[in-house]
Amino acid sequence: MAREDYEIVMGLEVHCELSTKTKIFCSCPTEFGGEPNTHCCPICMAMPGTLPVLNEKVVEYAVKAGLATNCKIARNSKNDRKNYFYPDLPKAYQISQFDLPLCYEGHVNIETPDGEKTIRITRIHIEEDAGKLNHDEYGRGSFVDLNRAGVPLIEVVSEPDLRSKEEVEAYLRKLKSIFEYIEVSDCKMQEGSLRADVNVSVRKKGATEFGTRTEMKNMNSFRSIVRAIEYEANRQIDVIENGGEITQETLRWDDVSGKTFPMRDKEDAQDYRYFPDPDLVAIRLSEEYIENIKNALPELPESRKKRYLEEMGLTEKAANFVTASKYYSNMFEEASKVCGNPKSVSNWIMSDIARILNEREEEPEELKFSGKELGELVSLIDKGTISSAIAKKVLEEMFENPEMPSKIIEAKGWVQISDEGAIKEVVAKVLEANPQSVADYKAGKDKALGFLVGQAMKETKGKANPQMLNKLFLEELKK
Amino acid sequence: MELYELTVHELVEKLEKGEVTSEEITKSYFDRIKEKDSAVKAYVSTMEETALEKARSVDEARKAGKTVGKYAGIPIGIKDNLCITGTKTTCSSKMLENFVAPYNATVIEKLNKEDLVYLGKTNLDEFAMGSSTENSAFFDTKNPWDLDRVPGGSSGGSAAAVAADIAPWALGSDTGGSIRQPSSLCGVVGFKPTYGLVSRYGLVAFASSLDQIGPITKDVTDSAILLNLIAGHDSKDSTSVDVGEKDYTQALKNDVKGMKIGLPKEYFGEGINPEVKEAVLAVAKKYEELGATVEECSFDVGQYATSVYYVIADAEASSNLGRFDGIRYGFRSEKFENLKDIYKNSRSEGFGPEVKRRIMIGTYVLSSGYYDAYYKKAQKVRTVIKNSYNELFEKYDLLLTPVSPTTAFKIGEKCDNPLEMYIADICTVPVNIGGLPGMSIPCALDSNGLPIGFQLIGKAFDEETILRAAYTYEQNSNFRENRPTFKGGNK
Repeated sequence: MAREDYEIVMGLEVHCELSTKTKIFCSCPTEFGGEPNTHCCPICMAMPGTLPVLNEKVVEYAVKAGLATNCKIARNSKNDRKNYFYPDLPKAYQISQFDLPLCYEGHVNIETPDGEKTIRITRIHIEEDAGKLNHDEYGRGSFVDLNRAGVPLIEVVSEPDLRSKEEVEAYLRKLKSIFEYIEVSDCKMQEGSLRADVNVSVRKKGATEFGTRTEMKNMNSFRSIVRAIEYEANRQIDVIENGGEITQETLRWDDVSGKTFPMRDKEDAQDYRYFPDPDLVAIRLSEEYIENIKNALPELPESRKKRYLEEMGLTEKAANFVTASKYYSNMFEEASKVCGNPKSVSNWIMSDIARILNEREEEPEELKFSGKELGELVSLIDKGTISSAIAKKVLEEMFENPEMPSKIIEAKGWVQISDEGAIKEVVAKVLEANPQSVADYKAGKDKALGFLVGQAMKETKGKANPQMLNKLFLEELKK
Repeated sequence: MELYELTVHELVEKLEKGEVTSEEITKSYFDRIKEKDSAVKAYVSTMEETALEKARSVDEARKAGKTVGKYAGIPIGIKDNLCITGTKTTCSSKMLENFVAPYNATVIEKLNKEDLVYLGKTNLDEFAMGSSTENSAFFDTKNPWDLDRVPGGSSGGSAAAVAADIAPWALGSDTGGSIRQPSSLCGVVGFKPTYGLVSRYGLVAFASSLDQIGPITKDVTDSAILLNLIAGHDSKDSTSVDVGEKDYTQALKNDVKGMKIGLPKEYFGEGINPEVKEAVLAVAKKYEELGATVEECSFDVGQYATSVYYVIADAEASSNLGRFDGIRYGFRSEKFENLKDIYKNSRSEGFGPEVKRRIMIGTYVLSSGYYDAYYKKAQKVRTVIKNSYNELFEKYDLLLTPVSPTTAFKIGEKCDNPLEMYIADICTVPVNIGGLPGMSIPCALDSNGLPIGFQLIGKAFDEETILRAAYTYEQNSNFRENRPTFKGGNK
């Protein structure tokens, strides 16, 4: 059978670091980075005799995330210990949630080529992050850094509803976007604050039973997730096509070789010995508490999209694109306010800004400038101060040097020449230097005008007002 | 009378009158430690230099008329599973032999505020697991009434120190009887408060849902005083309960008229030494004479408490002791090739046999496939036991039982049979399962001259009724006229 005869079935476990100021069970800062072991205390280092105290903000943020993904919120919940030994886990157990997660039975909708699709969310629970091991490159050993130990996480577990790598990416981008909108996480994949484990299985199209699944870990960008899925699905199909069987196992994605490898052998099959953490008390949430969080939720992307379509005149495609990221959406709103031209703003975001980010392999949250700068840029074009060509150069500059466009233009001397006298001079000069083109134009070759305008642009280093150039050339040529 | 023979409330009176200084008191204790501790071996470490320094500074403050706490300058012994910044906290384990605590337990912070003086850290069964202090990785502590016998455990060091007058009072911890049983065997007063009354922050965890810190003292008044110093809500312990400000000494009234005391018949049957039974029934009679009603009752489900205890306590212990992995602090084996070896060898060499036994039991009862049959079932029975207590306390103000089925046994006598050792806790364990307060009060000597204690069990957070009944008994009896003999110990 061919690859096309198989269907890929996937479910995701997404770990997302919450952006609370302090850790989940102590008052250490959650801030990323810092010298190793400087953001820790006796509690998150698991000194003998220390005790955890649950940070209430973590519960609030998780409930927010649950409400924003249409989950039910558990009135009664608890923390459980997941026991295993690893040097980055100082207590030798992770405080997590086992059978009573804080949020359950939710869903999000994603856009697919066949229209909108609902991806069900099984549960969202709270837990603590582990520390990090830094392996010495000279083989002198491994060093434990506990700065991240105890940073709060939510784990979002989906049903096996995803059928393609595109759907996986859309689902992940949707979760990321929602969590950014409600400000519970900065979702920076490159800093590990958003991580996804993918459960993959394949089955022949039309089959009703799921195939045996493998779980892939260690993908730290959208690109590596997509590559890993591609690789793993093909690997599974090949095994089946060659008469083999898939083993249920955990695999580690290696970005360099582009392959998955088994993480541990059978001998190490883990029994986590979950049991309720006796150091913590039950989490009981009142209706009022949940209602208050619900009422304080910020506007979600769906509602923004509606507003952009109905009030700001964007196309469906533009509205989808702009609302996909809180950073785009906020930039769009601010810039539109500044320049009053939402259509143009959305075009700049969709085309040039997205393109440059892509080239730089960056995400929208890494943008150094805001809507204020973009709004001014669009205004400057609309007023004729600069041409679109110059604007593109200004934008490139803004990625390096997030100044106001007017300042950049001034510093670089990129102001558009709209002085009729000056432009007339250039036109005359170009006409004189290119008699052949003049003759061509007069012989009916309209294309020659484009060449002449181009020459004039070259002469003015792109600063001449293109409309004026066109107009003056036509006037001269008609003479 | 020597200074070290006085109770704390007697010492405070002398301090307040200026008849004695803290330095003199502290010195008298260190002299006594030098004289007696080589035989008793109650202390794992002593802190003479810092203690005398502290005592002198309190004396100076007092002299200069500065405000000092009422108990400022009073020495105390601390069980060596409580963290004091900058001092070794060993839990009497090879695993933590050289571990220096980087922070203070909440009870220590509270005692620091009162300017108490730490004499030293007292011996215990390794990680508080045991009933004889023979499980200490360092040495056995001896019973001051007979040096060939155990002091009980796991707070054997604290109880023996108070009994031997080498500490005026001490802190212990009680998971299944570890304050009350050694207090009974050593003839001193041991009080396990209600679970949640005293913060556990800084107490090296054995079984988190059962552990509680409490006082070991020469008399009931000192017990109320020390409870005042250590009780109170702590935001660092989620299981700590806020019951508001209380002065437990207010409960010390010589009056039990109208009090209803239940005598659960199951604790006066088979397995209880006849002399112990007789002594505790004599206490019951005394209470009747003093105006209380004493009635036989039944606590049938109590028979399951020991089984429930060893499932829950060991399950929690197996998880709590995971952090001793040889990575960040504590003992690390020198024999390792890889990570697995570090774990395996450090834990194999660092833990003693009893600790390993409990980790194995605990790991087993939490394993998938066994969880429901053991851990989950034990939790259900725990609820049944709690409910049974609630029913009893609808009828009674207090329950009266023995503390230990026997008086102090010989060192080595029960070492080969862990189950027999576990039975030493049958009277005390149910109280921890119920999370209730329980006190051991000495009442008699057996035919070998060994102390016998009785236990009063109260409603949750009703420490006052226990204190009142215990105080009344004490005022109407004369156990304190008996002194430990320090006999034996020649082997």
